[in-house]
Amino acid sequence: MTLRVDDLKVYYTTLAGDVRALDGVTFEIADGEIMGLAGESGCGKTTLGNSLIRLDGRMRHVGGSVELDGQVLPIGDSEAMDRHRFHDISVVPQYAMSALNPTRKIGRMSRELIESRGIRYASVKDVYEMRLGLVGLRESVLDLYPMELSGGMKQRVVMVLSTLLDPSLLIADEITSALDVSTQKAVAESLVGLRDHAFVKSMLVITHDLSILHEVADTILIMYAGHLAEKAPADVIIDRPRHPYTKLLISSLPEVGVRFEDKRLAGIPGRPPSLLDPPAGCRFRARCPLADEQCLEQPPFVDVGEGHQLACWKVS
Amino acid sequence: MGKLELKGVNKVYRVGTFGGDTLHAVKDVSFTAEPGQIISLIGESGSGKSTIGKMILRLTRVSSGQILFDGKDVSTLKGADLRPYQRRVQGVFQDPFSSYNPIFKADRVFGMVKDTFYGDVSRSEWDGRVWQALKDVALDPDGVLGKYPHQLSGGQLQRMLVARALLLDIDFLVADEIISMLDASTRVDVLNLLGDLKAGGLGVLFVTHDLSLGNYISDRAIILRKGRIVESGKTADVFDHPSHPYTQMLLESVPALHGGRDPGLWADRKGRCLFHERYPQADATAPATAQDLSLAEIEPGHLVTCAHVDEPERCPDSRRAA
Repeated sequence: MTLRVDDLKVYYTTLAGDVRALDGVTFEIADGEIMGLAGESGCGKTTLGNSLIRLDGRMRHVGGSVELDGQVLPIGDSEAMDRHRFHDISVVPQYAMSALNPTRKIGRMSRELIESRGIRYASVKDVYEMRLGLVGLRESVLDLYPMELSGGMKQRVVMVLSTLLDPSLLIADEITSALDVSTQKAVAESLVGLRDHAFVKSMLVITHDLSILHEVADTILIMYAGHLAEKAPADVIIDRPRHPYTKLLISSLPEVGVRFEDKRLAGIPGRPPSLLDPPAGCRFRARCPLADEQCLEQPPFVDVGEGHQLACWKVS
Repeated sequence: MGKLELKGVNKVYRVGTFGGDTLHAVKDVSFTAEPGQIISLIGESGSGKSTIGKMILRLTRVSSGQILFDGKDVSTLKGADLRPYQRRVQGVFQDPFSSYNPIFKADRVFGMVKDTFYGDVSRSEWDGRVWQALKDVALDPDGVLGKYPHQLSGGQLQRMLVARALLLDIDFLVADEIISMLDASTRVDVLNLLGDLKAGGLGVLFVTHDLSLGNYISDRAIILRKGRIVESGKTADVFDHPSHPYTQMLLESVPALHGGRDPGLWADRKGRCLFHERYPQADATAPATAQDLSLAEIEPGHLVTCAHVDEPERCPDSRRAA
C-alpha cells in the first residue's frame, strides 16, 4: 500500500471563520496505481493534493493522518516534511511556465535545484538526460531558456525533474489544463510512461477533465464540496456511475459526436454550498434529485462493489 | 439581417523591441456568418482565433481585407460611426470574473450600457428590459440583481454578460472561449443558452479550442491553423469526415469518454491532399485577391486547403512544384 489517507481534515483559516475545504476524506492508493481526482472548482481537490506535500500558511491540519509506505507523514509540520519532499513525494504544478526560472538555462536551473536538496548533480545527470529522451525531449533543451520551449515541453521538463529521485507518490495538479489538445495527449502519455518505467510508484492526478482521466487513470475519485462522493475503477465511473452527482456530472459532458440538435445535454442546477459553514448531512442534497429527509444525516463512504465505494443513502 | 462577411482578412502584428519584426497572425481569412447560425472557430493557441474575434468586434485593427456587416464595410469605421455597429455586434469573453469590477455590484454592467447607448430610455422601461434580458438567459432576476460579483457563480456571471449583450438588441455575438472557465456542471447550460438564442435568429461566432464543445453546439465549423483556415464546412461534415491532416490529428488527440472515434470513417482521406487532387495547378498560399480559391470544395460547403499549406513545395499532388 503506497498511500493511506485516513479521515483527513484540512481547513483554511479566514477572518470569517474556518473554510472546511477537506472535511474527512479516507482512501488508499496502491503500488503502481494512477488515481484520478476530479470535481468542480472549490470541491477541495487541489487542497487534498497540496495537503499531501505542502500546507500553505492559511491551511491548517485539523485531523486525520496520511501514511506513505507505512510511514506517517508529518503533514502539519513543514520542516519535518522537507525530508520527504522530492525524495518520497513530489509534485508537478499546474503552471510549469512559472515553475521554471526564466533567467536561467534549464540545465543550470536543474543543477541548482538538485544541489539545493543535497544531491550531487553529476550523480543524476545521466539519468536526467536519459529520462528527458523518454518523454521526447532532446538533451539540448538543457542549454535553452524556458522561453524557448513550448508549454508542453516545459510541462514535460518539470515532470522529469520532479520524478528524478523515483518518489513513491507523484501529485500532478491540473497539468494538462493550460495545454492544447495535441500537446495534452503527449503530456498524458508521458505521465503514464513515468509509471510504466517505475520512476514513480503511484500517482494522484488532479483535474476537472474527466476525459483525460479516462485515458490515464486506473481509478477515479470524485469529490464534492470537501467530501468524497464516489471512487471506482475508471471505466466504472465513466460507464456505470452510481452516485447521483457523478451521474449528473458525466451526463453533462459534451463529447465529440454529441450535437445540440440531436441530444440536448443538461447541466446540474444550483451551485455547491459555501464551505465556510457547510450544511449538515449530504452536501449535494440541495442539488440532488433523489434527496429526502434521510439525507440530513451525512452518508458514510461505503463499499458497494469490487473497488467501488460511494457516499449516498439512496444507492448504497 | 445580421449577415457578417469576412473577405481576405489579414492581421499583421508588430513585435520585437522596436516593433521591427512582424507576426502574421491571421492570413487571408474569408467566411460568411449567416443569421441564426452558430459558427465555431476552432484552433490551438496562437492560431489567430481570438484575433479574428477581436477584429470583428473592432477591438483591434484589420491590417488588410474587409469585414462586411449587411453589405457595409465596418473595418474602417471610427469613433462615433462605430456606435450603430456596436449596438448590433457584441462580444463575451473567457474570464467572467475579471470582466466585472469587484468593488461595484455586478449589475453595473447593465447601467453602463444604458448610459452609453440608451440615455433617453426611462428608468422603469429600462428595468423592464434588464428583467427580460435576464429571463432570456435563464437567470432569476431577483437572485442576481444587487449582488456583488463574488456572490455569484462563474456561470451566473457569464450569463449576465450575455444578457448585457442582448440588451443592445444584437444580431451577432462573438463568444470567445466563454465556457472554458466554467465548471462542467454549468458549462453545458451556457452552451444550451447559445443554442436557444440561435433559434431566435442570433448569429454566433463561437471561438474555442475544445473540439467537443464546438461540435456540440455549432452548425458550421472552421478549423484554423497558424492564422489560416485549413478546413471549414458543416460541423457534421468536418467532424465525421475530416479531410485535412491537421483536422484529423486534432480529432485523434481528443480524449474520448465512451470509446474512441472510428478513424475508418476518414481512412480513405488520410494523408491525401484533397486540395491539389482537385486543383493541381492552384496555389493555396496565394493571396485571396489574386485568385478565386485557396480552398477546394470537396463536397457541398465543405472546404479544405492543401495538406502542406506551410510548405507547398512539399505537396506531392501539386503540379506547380514540378
